[in-house]
Amino acid sequence: MDKSKWIEVYRTMKLIRLVEQRINDEYKYDEIKTPIHLSIGQEAVAAGVCIHLRKDDYIFGTHRSHSQYIAKGGDIKKMIAELYLRKTGCARGRGGSMHLVDPDVGILGSSAIVGGNIPLGTGTALASKLLGNDRVTVVFFGDGAADEGTFHESLNFAALKKLPVVYVCENNFYAINSHQLSRQVGDNIHKWAQGYGMPGYQVDGNDVLEVSDYAEKAISRCRRGEGPTLIECLTYRWKGHIGTVDDVGEGYRPKEEYDYWVSRCPIKRFAEFLKSRGVLTAELEKSIDREIYELIEDAFRFAQSSPKPSPDELLDFVYAE
Amino acid sequence: MPWTTVQVEKLGNFFITGDHTGDRVLTYRDALHEALDQFLARDPRVFIMGEGVDDVAGVFGTTKGLKEKYGANRVFDTPIAENSMTGIAAGAAMAGLRPVLIHARMDFLLLSLDQLVNHASKWCYMFGGKVPVPMVVRTISARGWGSGAQHSQCIQGMLMNVPGLKIVAPATPYDAKGLMISAIIDNNPVLFVEHRWLHKTTGYVPEEVYSIPIGKGMIHRKGEDITIVAVSYMLVEALKAAEKLREEGISAEVIDPRTLKPFDEKLLLESVGKTGRLLVADTGCKTGSVASEIAAIAAEKAFHVLRKPVRRVCCPDTPTPTSDVLEKAFYPTADDIFAEAVKLVKE
Repeated sequence: MDKSKWIEVYRTMKLIRLVEQRINDEYKYDEIKTPIHLSIGQEAVAAGVCIHLRKDDYIFGTHRSHSQYIAKGGDIKKMIAELYLRKTGCARGRGGSMHLVDPDVGILGSSAIVGGNIPLGTGTALASKLLGNDRVTVVFFGDGAADEGTFHESLNFAALKKLPVVYVCENNFYAINSHQLSRQVGDNIHKWAQGYGMPGYQVDGNDVLEVSDYAEKAISRCRRGEGPTLIECLTYRWKGHIGTVDDVGEGYRPKEEYDYWVSRCPIKRFAEFLKSRGVLTAELEKSIDREIYELIEDAFRFAQSSPKPSPDELLDFVYAE
Repeated sequence: MPWTTVQVEKLGNFFITGDHTGDRVLTYRDALHEALDQFLARDPRVFIMGEGVDDVAGVFGTTKGLKEKYGANRVFDTPIAENSMTGIAAGAAMAGLRPVLIHARMDFLLLSLDQLVNHASKWCYMFGGKVPVPMVVRTISARGWGSGAQHSQCIQGMLMNVPGLKIVAPATPYDAKGLMISAIIDNNPVLFVEHRWLHKTTGYVPEEVYSIPIGKGMIHRKGEDITIVAVSYMLVEALKAAEKLREEGISAEVIDPRTLKPFDEKLLLESVGKTGRLLVADTGCKTGSVASEIAAIAAEKAFHVLRKPVRRVCCPDTPTPTSDVLEKAFYPTADDIFAEAVKLVKE
């Protein structure tokens, strides 16, 4: 990644973290009446990938997609308003946290069915090929999606047709509380790529520079018409599967495992790197935090003061005009 | 020759009169082919994908030669992965294209329900109308020649329960062309239900491009004593039954809803208002069928005009048997419609 983008990537990661922490803090007031799936701890993946995307490139996310929406440049006010299920929300209160959308920046939606977004992103990539443009699609999904048929069917088709799509697996090792090793033989996800005829890599998903390097290569490969890539990013969500709980300890994830991953915080690591290079000063750090704080304040104020949909809108949008 | 072709070639041509006039006669199959050909030519966003769509048989002739004419980017074969192929078509639609996806058997459609039901049909609503999914999913039901339990299902009734999905089931060549064009230009996922035994049906079809409004049924034969609503291929059986009923002195009004969802309630209620009797014939199994839904509409909105209980003529609630003897017992025909109609009018 070019040095000139370092601060932008840092800011994106910080924005994701602070937005989600604020959501976490507000959730107890029961005004956000939608299931939330936080990606605190996984910020480097979305930030490291999306830094290389253009506004007109597409992404498809999952039930855990706040980070990708923010990294791709989705409107924060409309996102928070959607979490508050307001009329001003990005999906007009029809979608909630699991269904964020912003077509102006190529976010065509996210699916709460595990693996459900993988064919859709393969389909937008097919459209790019048939239309002869160089728009790239990135599909984000978790390790659970590699259990699904859609993962395998889509990779096969994308390789067959050399489609401009990058499959980014955020492997956080857990599908709810079920560990990857209780569902798969282990360490296999990136290796599937070879069988389907595309490059596959496993990278440290908490190292934003490494994520970014592989993503940049994969995206350029797509733009050159050379076909898809699978990137498996090893990372960890600090929060439990859903809501604001931690799911750590007795019957859940081991405390030692959790502590290890928290010690590898992607934002802390990158900040230390930037400081060691003299790129991030204490003053710049503070000014970024201040700017983000105001942006978040604005978004929550906007959301909380926005109207809710009225019951007579219930049947709107079942069909497109 | 594929076995279903053997069976269909044995059927006599059924010439459908009454839905259009003219001097140009086409089969249902050729009418579909013409609609696809004309729209590939006039709209660069249209493309066709599905298992075997570019092979020599060309989905029973409906896509024959289109790859040679429009190229392998516009008409292409797919891996045997119905669910993801449906999602891939939906994704392409979200990016502005107009895919026509083909499942050569309706049974295979069942593998695609996650993408069709959870994704394509819900996307418009779930995202507040911001991302429409304009796609056509063609699906073809077979019948007979030992097709058996996994190659002859008519599950349109099951799919009536999916918000956001439009379902059309044309029974005549004129409607097949007009509704295919409407389905392509519609901004929503449209399930296009075909029956293999309709492919050889003939009727008048104009060469020019025309569309038939989705959601509008039509009266095929006017009558006074009983309303027969016939879905898809059952129209052919219903028209035969109506002719026999005439000989019996019973005047049957035969309605083809053409679109199953959204359903043309007005046409149904006007007809039942006149006749006071309703028989519904569907190609699917009885419980939860399209016929059930039509009967429910009549019970809700026409109870006061009904002179007799509503009758449904459907397949029984069993998987399709393969034995030719059992097959014969399984499928309702014009004789069953006739017998039920006589009971409704004369008893």
